[in-house]
Amino acid sequence: MPSPKSEVLQGTLDLLVLKTLATMGPMHGFGIALRIQQISKDLLQLNQGTLYPALLRHEQRGWITSKWGSRRTTARRSSTP
Amino acid sequence: MRESFRTFLQRLAALFRRRRLDDDLDDELRSHLEMSIDLNLRKGMTPGAARREALRNFGGFEQTKELYRDQRGLPMIETTLQDLRFGLRMLRRSPGFSALAILCLTLGIGANAAVFSWIEGILFRPYPAVTHQEQLLALAGTARGESGHTALSWPDFADLQRNCTLFDAFFVSKIMGTTLSIGDRAEVTTGSIVSANYFDAIGVHPILGRGFESGEDVGRNAHPVTVISYQLWKGRFKGDPQIIGKTQRFNNVVHTIVGVTPEGFYGTFVGWAMQFWVPASMEETFESGGYKLEDRGARWIEAYVRLKPGVTRQQAQQEISAVAKRLEADYPDTNRGRGIMLWPLWQTPFNNAGTLLPTLEIMLAVVVFVLLIACANVGNLLLVKSFARRHEMTVRLAIGAGRGRLVKQLFTEGLILSALGAAGGLLVAHWCRHGLVLLFPARGGVAMHLPGEIDWRVLALSAGVCIITTLLLGLVPALQTGKIDLAGALKSDSAGVVGGGGRAWVRSGLVVMQVSLSFVLLVGAGLLMQSLQKIRTTSPGFSTHGVLDTAVNLVSAGYDAPRAQAFQDELLDRVKALPGVESAVFARMTPLSYGSYSSTAIAVDGYQPPPEEQPIVEYNEVGPDYFTTLGIPLVTGRQFTRADDEKTALVAVVNETMAAQYWRGRNPIGERVQVKGRWMQIVGVAKDSKYQSVRETPKPFFYVPLRQNFSRGAGLYIRTPLSPETMASALMREVHALDGNLALFEVITLQEQVDRSTSPQMVALTLVGILGGLALLLAAIGLYGVMSYTVSQSTRELGLRMALGAGACNLLRLVLSRGLALTAGGVALGAAVALGLTRLLGSLLYKVSPRDPLAFGSAFVVMTIAALVACFLPAWRATRTDPARALRD
Repeated sequence: MPSPKSEVLQGTLDLLVLKTLATMGPMHGFGIALRIQQISKDLLQLNQGTLYPALLRHEQRGWITSKWGSRRTTARRSSTP
Repeated sequence: MRESFRTFLQRLAALFRRRRLDDDLDDELRSHLEMSIDLNLRKGMTPGAARREALRNFGGFEQTKELYRDQRGLPMIETTLQDLRFGLRMLRRSPGFSALAILCLTLGIGANAAVFSWIEGILFRPYPAVTHQEQLLALAGTARGESGHTALSWPDFADLQRNCTLFDAFFVSKIMGTTLSIGDRAEVTTGSIVSANYFDAIGVHPILGRGFESGEDVGRNAHPVTVISYQLWKGRFKGDPQIIGKTQRFNNVVHTIVGVTPEGFYGTFVGWAMQFWVPASMEETFESGGYKLEDRGARWIEAYVRLKPGVTRQQAQQEISAVAKRLEADYPDTNRGRGIMLWPLWQTPFNNAGTLLPTLEIMLAVVVFVLLIACANVGNLLLVKSFARRHEMTVRLAIGAGRGRLVKQLFTEGLILSALGAAGGLLVAHWCRHGLVLLFPARGGVAMHLPGEIDWRVLALSAGVCIITTLLLGLVPALQTGKIDLAGALKSDSAGVVGGGGRAWVRSGLVVMQVSLSFVLLVGAGLLMQSLQKIRTTSPGFSTHGVLDTAVNLVSAGYDAPRAQAFQDELLDRVKALPGVESAVFARMTPLSYGSYSSTAIAVDGYQPPPEEQPIVEYNEVGPDYFTTLGIPLVTGRQFTRADDEKTALVAVVNETMAAQYWRGRNPIGERVQVKGRWMQIVGVAKDSKYQSVRETPKPFFYVPLRQNFSRGAGLYIRTPLSPETMASALMREVHALDGNLALFEVITLQEQVDRSTSPQMVALTLVGILGGLALLLAAIGLYGVMSYTVSQSTRELGLRMALGAGACNLLRLVLSRGLALTAGGVALGAAVALGLTRLLGSLLYKVSPRDPLAFGSAFVVMTIAALVACFLPAWRATRTDPARALRD
C-alpha cells in the first residue's frame, strides 16, 4: 500500500525518467540514474535500485520499450516510444 | 482501462517465465553495480571503497529485487500458488489425515449435491428438453369443503383457454398406460393423452415428422395419430428411418405414427417416462368411463399453463379464479363449489412431485446436518494438526509473516480439502442420480423414472457449499493463530490433563455439536420408523392378506360394454371354480391405488346442506360379494348380489361416516340418495375403511353395484390362500381360454398394494436412516478422535495418577466419564433442537407425536452405545500407560 507521499515521489521519479529518456534518447538503467543525479546536482539522493521497478512499470504501461545490448557496455537500453 | 488490462496481461505472462526473468534481472543489476564500481574506481577510490560506495548508492540489493518481482508478476497469485503447493505438500505428508478428511467432506458435500440434483431434476426442472420451465405452472381443480385437488373437465379447460389473456398456452397431459405389442413382445407402456398444442407449448420439436396439428384434439376418436418417444423408436422400432406414416395398434385401434420426439425428452409427468402421445380426441380409446370431451361433469384431465413473460402466479390465479367463478354461475349442476388452482411445478398435486416434496424438503435439512457434522469432524482433525503445527506457525510469525498471510495459508489448506471433497461429492451425486428410483418398486414391470439433474445450478450450489465448508474449516485454526504468543513460543508445551477442560473447549464444543446433530437425525429416523410401522400395522379396513388384486385390460382390447360384461361374468365363474378360490369380484377402483374414484354431488331426503355447499362424495362401483371378498364388514343391511343388475331398482351401500353425517343417527336402510340425477335406495351400511391413503381420516363414501354403473376398466379381486404367482398362472390360463389376445395385469396381494401406497414414507425412512447412520458414524469418529487425542496428550497426568495408586478401572472410568459427559451435553442440546424441529416431519408422520418419548429414548440409547464404543479404545489405551515412562519423559 503506497502512502500518498510515496505516490508523489513516484510521480516525480516517473517524470524525471521520462524527461531524461526524451532528451537523451536510448539509455541503460545506470545511465539514467547517473543523469538524474547530475541534473539534480546531487541534491536528489536517489536509491538507484528504485529505478528498476519504475522502469518495469513504464514498460508494462507501454510508455517505454527495452532491448538487450552487449553485456559490458550497455546492459539494458531504454527509450521513449 | 485498456492500459491496466495490458499491464495485467504482461504481469500474467511474467508468471510463466519467472526463472528466466529472474536471471535477466540478476544480470542487469549486477552490470549496474559493475558500471558503478568502474566509475568509482576511475574517480580514484580503492576497490573496497568503490564497491561500498556503489552498493550504498544502489540501496538494498535484495529489496530492489523483491520490489521488482512484485511489480513484474501478480503477487496475489504467486503467494496463492505458493500456498497451494505448500498445502498439497502438507496433505501428502499425512496421507491418513488427508484421506479421512477428504472422505468426510466427500460424504458431506456428496449428500448435499445428490439431494440438490434430485430437487432440481424432480421438483424444479423436472422435464428435460422442455423450454423455460420457470414459466410453467400446474393446473388442477378444487372442491369446496375438500382438501387436495381434483382433475379438470375438458369443457372447463377449453373455456379457460378461450377466456384467459395472461397465458402463452394451456396444455393437457394426462398419463395413461396400455399394453404395447410389437412383433411378439408385449409390454406395459406409459403414454400421455395431450391437447393438440402440446409440443408447441413445451417447445419440443419432433426430430422426425411433426407434432400434433390444431384440431387434432377435437372429435370423437377422429384422429388416430401418435407421436412416439426416441427410446421407443430406437428400442422397439429399431430406429427405422421410414417410421413416419407407419401404423401401430394401441388398444385395438390403429394409430398412424406422425412424429418422433428428440432424445432426452421423457414427457411431462414426474415419476414415469412417457413412450407415446396421442391427441385428446382419442380419449375414449385409452380412458375408462366413455367419451368425456363434452361432459363438463367428467373431471379427468391434468393440465399445465405457460405464463406470459412478466406475469406473476398471483395475477394468473386471479384471472383463472374469475373464469372459474363464471363457470360456477353458468353451470351450477356440475361446477357448484368448484374452483381452479395454479400450482408451482414443484408442488404439482397430480404427479410424484407432490408425493416426494415433503421427503425432499426433509432431506435438504438432513444433508445440511450431515455436512455440518462432517465439517466438525474435519475441523477437529485440523485443530489437532494446528496444535502439532504451532511450532511451524510460530516460526513463520517470527520471520515476519503477517497474521493475515498465515490465515490465508490456513484457508487455502481448507479450500484444498473442501475442493477435493466437492469433486468427490459431485462424483457421489452423479452415481446417486438414479438412486431414488431404486427405493420404489417397479409397477407392472415398468420402472419409475426419477432422475437427478446435475446442471449449472446444482454445480453452483455445490460450489457454494464448498466455499462455506472452507470458511468453516479455516475458521477454527485461524482463530487459534490469534492466540500464538511469540514470546512463549519456543517453550515446549506442557502436557494436557484429561480431567481439565481449558484449551480443548473448541474441540469439545465441536463434538457436542456433532453429537447433538446426529441425535436429532436419530430421533427423526426413530419417528419415521414408528410412523411407518403404525401405517403398516393399522388395519386399512379391509383384509390385506389372502386377497389378490389384478385386472384384465378390456379397454385396451377394444371390448364394448356388453361384450365386457359377458366376459366378466364368464371369467368370474371360471375363477370361482378354481381350486383354492373362496370368492372373486370385479370392482372399478382398487383401494389405495393411484387413480381417482368416481365422485358425485349428492342429495339426501331430509338433509338440508348448508347454503353455498354442494355435498360431494366419492364412490366405487363394485360387484356382488365385494364386501366378503375384501373383508369389509357390514354393520347392517346386505351387500350387493347378482340380482342387483340393470333390470332391478338402483341400490347403494354407504359407509358409517356417511350414514352418521347425512342421516344423523337414523337408520339409513331404505332411505334414498340421489347420485348424478338418479335416486338410489340404501340397502346396507359398511364399516369405514381407507380409500385413497392409509393416513386419511374417515370420510363419507358409498358403493354402487358395478352392473348398474358399468365400467370396462374394472379390477379383479380374489380371496384365496394361494400365492400371487400360483394364482397368476392359473388366471392366465382361464383368461386365454376366453380370449387369447388379452393381457393380464400384475397379480399382487392387497398388502403389496398397501405397501406401495406407503412408499413415500418408506423412502423417507430409508434416506433418513442411511444419512442418520452416516451422521452417527461421523460423530462417533469425532468423539473417538477427541478422546484419543486427550489421552495421548495426558500421559503424564495418567502416569501420575497410576503412580499414586489409581487402578486401570479408575482410569477407564475417568476417560469414559469424560466422553460420556460430552455425549450427555450433545444429547441434551440435540433433544432441545429435536423438540423444535421434528414438527417439520408432520406430513410424513402417522399417529406418532413429533415428541414421541420412544423415539427420543431409543435415539438416546443408540447414541450412548455409539459413544461408549467410540470412547472405549482411548480409555483402554489410557489404562496401558506406563507410569515410569510417562513420568520420566
